[in-house]
This record gives sequence, structure tokens and C-alpha cells, in this order.
Amino acid sequence: MQKTFWGYRRENGRVGVRNHVIILPVDDLSNAAAEAVAHNIKGTMAIPHPYGRLQFGADLDLHFRTLIGTGCNPNVAAVVVIGIEDQWTKKVADGIATTGKPVAGFGIELHGDHDTIMRASKAAREFLQSASEKHRVECELPELWVSTKCGESDTTSGCGANPTVGDAFDKLYASGCTLVFGETTELTGGEQIVAARCRDDKVRADFMRVFDRYQDVINRHKTSDLSDSQPTKGNIAGGLTTIEEKALGNIQKIGKKCVVDGVLDKAEMPTSPGLWFMDSSSAAAEMVTLCAASGFAVHFFPTGQGNVIGNPILPVIKICANPRTVRTMSEHVDVDTSGLLQREITMSEAGDKLLDMMFRTANGRLTAAEALGHREFVLTRLYESA
Amino acid sequence: MIHCVLHDPEDSVAVVVIEGVKAGTTLTGLVLDEDRTIMLPCIQDIPIGHKVALKDMAVGDTVVKYGIDIGKVVQPISKRQHAHVHNIKTKRW
Repeated sequence: MQKTFWGYRRENGRVGVRNHVIILPVDDLSNAAAEAVAHNIKGTMAIPHPYGRLQFGADLDLHFRTLIGTGCNPNVAAVVVIGIEDQWTKKVADGIATTGKPVAGFGIELHGDHDTIMRASKAAREFLQSASEKHRVECELPELWVSTKCGESDTTSGCGANPTVGDAFDKLYASGCTLVFGETTELTGGEQIVAARCRDDKVRADFMRVFDRYQDVINRHKTSDLSDSQPTKGNIAGGLTTIEEKALGNIQKIGKKCVVDGVLDKAEMPTSPGLWFMDSSSAAAEMVTLCAASGFAVHFFPTGQGNVIGNPILPVIKICANPRTVRTMSEHVDVDTSGLLQREITMSEAGDKLLDMMFRTANGRLTAAEALGHREFVLTRLYESA
Repeated sequence: MIHCVLHDPEDSVAVVVIEGVKAGTTLTGLVLDEDRTIMLPCIQDIPIGHKVALKDMAVGDTVVKYGIDIGKVVQPISKRQHAHVHNIKTKRW
């Protein structure tokens, strides 16, 4: 396996694989101004979303943590923050500024959209031109943070695409990389396997605490067959019958050797290399958005029936072992490992094929999702607004 | 040609991994954990990704895949039949 890749080293030492200048709205009301700035300054990217007003407590903390984490991600060179009010705008901008990267915040009240767009566009132009002079430098493999989450799974996920990620994760873990998986509810039926893989009793207790808490949420709100949400209609069409079967396929992503070194809250940043479990939704865009906000630079996304997800700042590499999906949705598939199920390649060869694509992606190759313009940015909500 | 795969030799179901499996076909099954193949006749058309039963199962029996419990039988399943949501349910939720 290669030992280095070409990335962007940021002011705080973290390494990114993209060089985005983002226009980040604090709230739903600021989407229009953010999108206008991105339209004015070609090469910047607005990341609109529907939330940020009248949230409170832990739900508001998560909102800020996700926005600040997104701005702090090393795939981002610089950030323009726009919010309706100055104070929350400053809070997000100040949070991002701790990385040392260029950031500027603009409040809309007492200015209006026109003046805000003009002032923010001036900052965005300076940031973009400055970012365009950044160069990739050779970086050590352990500086690459890799996340995983699967979606539109079917039975081929559990025997093909997910174990491919597992083989790659085993190799990256041994190399000292920082890794994360999550999807708390989708471990149901396999939770004891994950618990047995935890580093020690404390990590195991942390894991079971978040697992049990999420089970309580499901049991409190559940309907017959969970309204076809777990497994989804797509999962069932693809042959998955129960949540247990889906979970046992899901956990193939953590390989056979990795140890679960710690448990993270949503959008929380890991503090050391190793494999982390993040308490998270199993909905694709929510989970990938949280991975980006936690600082991950490349994402492995195995699919069976063909999930098309991307993320604004985190390159999402799709892996598929279902020959029908590879044929019918080829424009979405970065790594085809269907040969595994015909014994044409070994599991280790499949993992190496994914790692080769990981290095190419880290070095600058656009993923299928990036080429197709998939920029799903979905904030996780914990409860109703005030 | 591999028609279906199973993870553990003790699994009670195998997964069809190619399109167009028809009743009457003799399936070649790959046992992933042991890298060996088995042969089994198929008595129903089974879509890609769906499961074929490897043994007779009665209501209340546990269905095993990956060598682990994936749910319970809610309608009797005959060996070689299509096994899915019409005859298997979760034990959770």
C-alpha cells in the first residue's frame, strides 16, 4: 500500500483533500444571500439548509457544532458565514476561526440582502483567490481521516461491498489512520459483536449506553414495521428481511481486526487515531454530514441497491457488489467489487481496489457524486424548536 | 458461475447473487467463510439479492445467517423455498 498522498495542509496542521471556499448560512433565512454570493463569486459553494431558528439546548448545541465543524473541516480552505443576526453569526465564525483559516461573518439585520451580498462577495473573492494559490503537498497516510456509512443496502452489501470496506479499514487501522463508523439503530441485532470489539470496559459501557438510549427512542415512537423505514422499501426489494440481517451486514464495514477505540457524540471530533463509533442517525445524508462536521476528509459509502448520495465538502466514494446495480447505475459507482461474489477476486484484492481509489480521490480525482453534483447537507435535529 | 452465497456453513439461508434464477435450476452456492461450493436445486424463481432456504423451518424457528440469529419464522418454510418478509420477521422492535 502507498504510504503518502497529496493533500492541502491547513493552518492548524490538519490535512484536507479538497480546497473549497464555502458560503455557510447560519439559518434558513440566510440561504438566499449565501446562494447569491456563491453565484457572484465563481468557484465558491453555498451550503443551504432549512434550520437554525428558535432551536435551544442540546439541539442548538448540535446545530452550532455541525456548522462550525463543517467550516473547520480541512477540505475547506476558507469560509464566509452569513446569518440573520450578528451574534449567532459571530459565534459560528469565531468557532471556525480557531483553526486559523480565513473566515468572515456577516449579519443581515440592519443591512438587508443587497448590502450583505455585496460585502460578503468582496470577502469571498479575496478568500477564493487566496485559496487558488494553495498547493498540494505530500502527506503521510495516517494524516488522512476516513469515515464510512452504507446506504440503500441489500444482501450483496453484507457479502460484498461492506466487507470490502472492512478489509480496507483493517489495513488503514494498522497504518495508524483515524476512522469512524456509526448508524446506532442499524447495529440492532449485531450490537453484542460491536461491544465485544470495544477496546475496554469503559468504551463498551459508553457504546451500550448510546445504543440503549437510541433503542428507547425507537420503542417510544415505533409503528408496525417502523413504517417501512428499517429495513427500507429499497432494502426489502433488495432481499434484506429484518433489522438483524441488515445490521449484521452493516458491521462488516469494521472489518475483522479493527478495535473500537472510543465513542463520539454527533459531530464530535476524534482526539486520537483509531476506530471511533459515532452515535448517529442511519439516514445517509445526516450521517455523512456529521462525518464531515467531525473533520473526516474521505468517505467510503458501500451500497447495494444504489444510493446516490454526496456531500458538499466530503468526497463520497461509492462501492457496489450488486452486478445489476453496477450495470443500471454505473454513473454512481466508483468501485465495482461484484467480482467478489463470483470468486473472481479475493477480499484482500477488493480492499486494495478500494484503497487505490481512496488514494486517487485524495490526490484530487473527483468522485461520481462530485461529478454529478450531489451536495446533500442535512442537519440532524434532536427535538422540536422553541 | 456462482448462483448464491452463504456466510457460515451453519446458515439456514443463502443469498442469490445473479439475476434470472429460475425454478428448476441447479444452483452453485459459495460458502464464503470456507471458500468451497455446494450444489442445491431451486424450486422457485428467486430475484437477485433474495434468500433461498437451505432447510425446512417451522413457525417460531430461528433463521441463521452469518452464523447468527436474524429473526424468526412466521410462516412454515420448506427447504429450497424463497425466504423473505412473507415468512420471516424481526425478533426486535
